[in-house]
Amino acid sequence: MLINHPLLGPRDAQEFVYKGDASLLQRPDPMAEDALEKFTDYAYLRDNPAGEHRELWYHEQGDRSWLVVTRNTLTHEILDVQLASEVAR
Amino acid sequence: MSRRVSAGRIGTSAVRFNFDGNQYEGREGDSLASALLANDTLLVGRSFKYHRPRGLLTLGSEEPNGLVTVGVRGAQTPNTRATTQELYEGLTAVSQNRFPSLKFDLLSINDRLSRFLTAGFYYKTFMWPKSFWESVYEPLIRRAAGLGRLSEVEDEAQYDKGFLHCDTLVIGGGLAGIESALQAANQGKQVILCEEFSRLGGALLFESAPLTHIDALVAELEANANVRVMIRTTVQGAYDHGVYSAVTVNTDHIPQSQTKAPRQTLWRIYSKEAVLATGAHERMIAFDNNDRPGVMLSSALRGYLNYYGVLTGNSCVVFGCHDDARKTVVDLKAAGAKVVWVDTRASHQWVEGVESYTNAKVVNTRGRHRIAGVEVEQQGRRFWINCEALAVSGGWNPRIQLTCHQGGRPVWSAAVGGFVPGTKLPPGMQVVGAAAGKFLDGHWEPAWDLSVKGAAFVDQQNDVTVKDIKLAHQEGFVSVEHLKRYTTLGMATDQGKNANALGIGVLSQHSGESIESAGTTLFRPPYTPVAIGTLAGRSRGKDFKPTRLTPSHEFATRCGAALVTVGNWLRASYFPLAGETHWRESVDREALTVRQAVGVCDVTTLGKIDVQGRDAAEFLNRVYANGFLKLPVGKTRYGLMLREDGVVFDDGTAARLAQNHFVVTTTTANAVSVYRHMEFVHQCLAPELDVHLISTTEAWAQFAVAGPKSRELVQRVVDLDISNEAFGFMACAGTKLIDGTPARLFRISFSGELAYELAVPTRFGNSLMETLLDVGADLGAVPYGTEALGVLRIEKGHAAGNELDGRTTALNLGLGQMVAQTKDSIGRVLANRTELAQSSVRLVGFRSDQQILTGSWLIPDGAPAEQAHTLGWISSACYSPNLGCYIAIGFIRDAQDYMDTQMRAVSLLDATDVKVQVVSPHFVDPEGERLRV
Repeated sequence: MLINHPLLGPRDAQEFVYKGDASLLQRPDPMAEDALEKFTDYAYLRDNPAGEHRELWYHEQGDRSWLVVTRNTLTHEILDVQLASEVAR
Repeated sequence: MSRRVSAGRIGTSAVRFNFDGNQYEGREGDSLASALLANDTLLVGRSFKYHRPRGLLTLGSEEPNGLVTVGVRGAQTPNTRATTQELYEGLTAVSQNRFPSLKFDLLSINDRLSRFLTAGFYYKTFMWPKSFWESVYEPLIRRAAGLGRLSEVEDEAQYDKGFLHCDTLVIGGGLAGIESALQAANQGKQVILCEEFSRLGGALLFESAPLTHIDALVAELEANANVRVMIRTTVQGAYDHGVYSAVTVNTDHIPQSQTKAPRQTLWRIYSKEAVLATGAHERMIAFDNNDRPGVMLSSALRGYLNYYGVLTGNSCVVFGCHDDARKTVVDLKAAGAKVVWVDTRASHQWVEGVESYTNAKVVNTRGRHRIAGVEVEQQGRRFWINCEALAVSGGWNPRIQLTCHQGGRPVWSAAVGGFVPGTKLPPGMQVVGAAAGKFLDGHWEPAWDLSVKGAAFVDQQNDVTVKDIKLAHQEGFVSVEHLKRYTTLGMATDQGKNANALGIGVLSQHSGESIESAGTTLFRPPYTPVAIGTLAGRSRGKDFKPTRLTPSHEFATRCGAALVTVGNWLRASYFPLAGETHWRESVDREALTVRQAVGVCDVTTLGKIDVQGRDAAEFLNRVYANGFLKLPVGKTRYGLMLREDGVVFDDGTAARLAQNHFVVTTTTANAVSVYRHMEFVHQCLAPELDVHLISTTEAWAQFAVAGPKSRELVQRVVDLDISNEAFGFMACAGTKLIDGTPARLFRISFSGELAYELAVPTRFGNSLMETLLDVGADLGAVPYGTEALGVLRIEKGHAAGNELDGRTTALNLGLGQMVAQTKDSIGRVLANRTELAQSSVRLVGFRSDQQILTGSWLIPDGAPAEQAHTLGWISSACYSPNLGCYIAIGFIRDAQDYMDTQMRAVSLLDATDVKVQVVSPHFVDPEGERLRV
């Protein structure tokens, strides 16, 4: 697979480390009353869609950017790639 | 007797080779297959299951029968297809799967037993007794069934890997591929053309028509600067986003002694678009005994004649159901052979002077080690025709394998009489020429199973017959996927190139289901068999993974240190002195010296991360469970890092060298993952923080200097007042050595003694190690390795990787109060869940006068050694020279109830059962007084 890095252009997926669902960017409020429940979902529950999936890839053998990659899990087509630091802002 | 009737299209000089111990002569440009045929050697192998005599069926990479072992010892390659092995001077090949010889094979008895050895025979028969499967049945079956054997010695050859980029990848160098490549190149595209054979031209090379047109196109192609032509290169797989794998055979066509070049190269080709121009291969018809040596595909028999100048038999029968048969009839006749044409069709275009039978079919053959005659049936009448070879033309199968590699499903085309690519192709791929079903739409009528007795082979490589397919269908294996797995149809090294379409045709004929709805199994990479060595490339032996050397490696090896592999690192585990004969002597001495005088240990392998920025302290406050905001400049703090699920991830220290500058250490094992995690927290969870991270593990050599005399030793090398008043416990500073070398000094201790860690730029590491031991000689300074390091930290009760095993929490480790509740940090919320917060499992110590083994289970006195009775486990153990007994640390539940009691450490694996006393894990200096002197 090739991942079109927003800064570096197309890079081989072998240079990256996969983490998983980009919902990890939405870390719950740790001070909220239902924090325990929210964090349980956050840490353990993931969707497993057949189709578009937003996921985190880390360019470990590159510039060490975390990327949010939108990938179709059926076709492996990559529809969008953004810097996680910009998505998270 | 030579079967060579013309020069064909190959060279004329003689090439000598050896097959099964006999010397033969072929010609330059021959394949091993064509050279054997030229020498009238038709019998080349024994079949997989029934050990039937077999000859060549094809002339290409799809060959199912002609599998031989080429080369000897370290260059031995089993299962080489004789059809793709180019001949070279001195080539040595032997046949496979026969004993004692090809002509007399004892296991051909299996052929007599064939009516018992049908589909599923092994599954049904070798069921009882169950224990016999591994010990008796499987080894026997493996020996009887089979392909070639490995030499079991190291492969002498080198293999390589390479990366290529292009606009257009053309797969196949026949007419369609050449034209596609020229077209793309003339549009200014960068083109790579891969051709499996040693020469461009494709199927036309094997036809009788002159090559004038092809030769002109090839010359044009070779003159075009936009095209890179790669011969002997097979594209093996089509992967996502235009990535293709290909294997180039660099040296298999020349004697190994004449080359040092890599034998094969595995390419990863990045391509914007691809053109599949792989052509098609012919298929067999199923009739009884259709597998005798001398029975060949019509196009192959013709190809051996036209390209290699070899006429397999002087009298040939050509049997077909397709117009292609006619080409063979014409060429054989022109070569002077006696030809009889048998065709299932009612009419076709006649060839003048050739005895022809229409509406006729071959139903059987005879002959022992080569075909001697065929039985023909025409209008209910059966008769025999004598012949030396039989050419069969059952129609064509487009080579569509690569169209399936991303889930594409081939569809049946009645017009073509074969499976053609479906609509879903790998993105960017187009299919041209015969691979797309073009040029194949000659007059064709289906001919699948014509057998009378059912001993008609569908898959010659796996010995699957019509009878097996019928049986599988009767037993309910109706889907083609089930048929494949039950009968092994299409599962061998040719991956169904010969068998798939025929098998599905036979199934359809007997089940009544149309081929369209039956469909076909899919193809996976690789297209042809690939040697494991090719996939490994240079990643073999010591190059399998990188070796990281510590800065003091040179010193350690000069001292004769024993080395140990820690991840990719090679570390000194202990430094034996003259006269020490057992590792324990050295380790005990090193550990005692540290507690009594001073020792030096290379701790560079611990991860180091430089953290800088206005929000550096705030950032560390979030990634560590304990607080960092109030850490003063010039101080170091122990840090505990949790995973978001509340389990301990790693530990280390963070030293504040300046207001906005920290140096963080990690465990050796987690250096990479902690850095990854910290980047994740920064970029994904806290991008607003002004902080920058960089790994400096390899930039700084770091040494632990530990022991009561460590201050005296360190003071001799650093240009800094390190008295207890000026540089107290947990102090840190950027400083320099007395010779001016930049340095960092940390007063931290893993051993529990007064200790420092001194870091210098890596290139000065080895000389610093030497200097410390040199200037510390009068203090009794010794180097110590990872073994003594381990003893010292177990004596102190410090957790390490064995304790931070991904299951233990801060509470379990006795560090529960370190998780600050007044601030947010990764893992805090989930560490407070009831299940974790109420756990009674704690880290404790154990003493014994017998050796305690790591991994032992803790069992109460008097209870049976069973899982239900376990109280916990031993995580680290050693002999303590300072206490004079065996000690360990580990985890038990309800720890407070068991303090100072006895229990047993049981290892069923090692058959040990040792009485242990439960004690505090802090064996040495529990109050930490030595650290602060």
